[in-house]
Amino acid sequence: MIKLKNVHKSFGNNHVLKGVNIEIKKGSSLVVIGGSGTGKSVTLKCVLGLVTLDKGSIHVEGRDVNKTDRDAFLSKFGMLFQGGALFDSLPVWQNVAFRLLRGPSKKLHDEAREIAIEKLRRVGLSRNVADKFPAELSGGMQKRVGLARAISIDPDIIFFDEPTTGLDPIMSGVINQLIREIVVEMGATAMTITHDMSSVRAIADDVAMLHDGVIKWTGPIADLDHSNNPYLDQFVNGRADGPIEAIR
Amino acid sequence: MTITGSLSYIGRNTLFFLTLIGRVMLFASNTLRHCVTGPFYWRELFSALVQIGWLSLPVVGLTALFTGGALALQIYAGGARFNAEAVVPSIVAIGMARELGPVLGGLMVAARVASSVAAEIGTMKVTEQIDALVTLSTNPMKYLTVPRVLAATLCMPLLVGFGDAIGIMGGYLVGTARLGFNEVIYLKYTVDFLQIWDVVSGMIKGAVFGFIIALMGCFYGMNSGRGAQGVGAATKSAVVGASILILATNYILTEVFFTA
Repeated sequence: MIKLKNVHKSFGNNHVLKGVNIEIKKGSSLVVIGGSGTGKSVTLKCVLGLVTLDKGSIHVEGRDVNKTDRDAFLSKFGMLFQGGALFDSLPVWQNVAFRLLRGPSKKLHDEAREIAIEKLRRVGLSRNVADKFPAELSGGMQKRVGLARAISIDPDIIFFDEPTTGLDPIMSGVINQLIREIVVEMGATAMTITHDMSSVRAIADDVAMLHDGVIKWTGPIADLDHSNNPYLDQFVNGRADGPIEAIR
Repeated sequence: MTITGSLSYIGRNTLFFLTLIGRVMLFASNTLRHCVTGPFYWRELFSALVQIGWLSLPVVGLTALFTGGALALQIYAGGARFNAEAVVPSIVAIGMARELGPVLGGLMVAARVASSVAAEIGTMKVTEQIDALVTLSTNPMKYLTVPRVLAATLCMPLLVGFGDAIGIMGGYLVGTARLGFNEVIYLKYTVDFLQIWDVVSGMIKGAVFGFIIALMGCFYGMNSGRGAQGVGAATKSAVVGASILILATNYILTEVFFTA
């Protein structure tokens, strides 16, 4: 279980998170939605320890992430970044097998390569892609490689940061479906941040809406369309009028 | 601008400059700490040795060759004013080994390496590759900074030695082909006047400059702003910062080595 309690984070005078409370049940998939600049990515980076909290606490499986051994904590994690964040200087298979080639999960070179190829196959990429460099791949293929890297060590927890940004609707659907399949198959706890409603409907068990630094609504995906929450309604239906100010 | 405005401007810039010095010092001490604590990424170190050392040979060699030749011409022209043309071989050798080899080599490597390191790491930061390293349980300082700093510190003395030899050869070529020196006498004067300490002091300077070059490249890369403009600014700052530090450090080392 992941639990964020009263999380605050500011950058100078910009108060991004003003008391975020989120709870993700073990093995479930929570999608955090919200407009651009509402602090979704900051929330995710707080959990990962990439950004330090000003106030509040984050517990993963009962342990405070700021007081636990960071390496042990991260060894359970996989993450798909918005732009893929693949290492340009490494071929695709070494990107996927990055953790398997170094550190505590280190495997023999050939074994790591075979695992990487298997993970690539799982996300729908052939063996031929393994020796290519990320720059030689399309955006959709890069996302798949990023996904393969995220699941390379069969993590207990996976984070997805805007998984469909920059992809066409068909490729978005493919990535959403892959994410859902993999999360269910692995039984992992997943947290996704997105503003793509098709992703929300495909991936989420539960949804949390972040606006103005606080969670405005949280509930199961089944309640998304009849929440009676004006913020959520405006966001889900993409209306310009409502409590969320739209800059024209 | 009013007096208050001017004072405020000076104060702001002074604070910025002092903060920058503090941040660079902290970054340097962190780098040194990580240099002596594992894990070490040998593959990355080897790759950095090739990128920083091997691929800098042409730049350093060409710079030294032309500098040695020009130095011979200048010393010959200057020496002719008081009939001291014979000092050309010894002054070229000492000048290259003590000063021009390390300083010009350092500046050329700074232009080549500090810029590329800052741009590479800056781009990695902008595209979240640094964050990805952290999530993959890999310390970016150990994976990116340490190999580059070690490689530059190890390679620069060798590059300086190589530059010294090529620079002296440049002087020899100009001295014998253009200024009419006898080949044997030119070499004899070079060897007789050049002392081991001249070469070693230059190589020590090279090691310090190598450390500075990679450190500045990594520091500005890691602290790059967003977007193309941020990476561009980081690259520029890395080269300017490394160059100024090389020149300032060169003066301090020269004081320590030759006047203390």
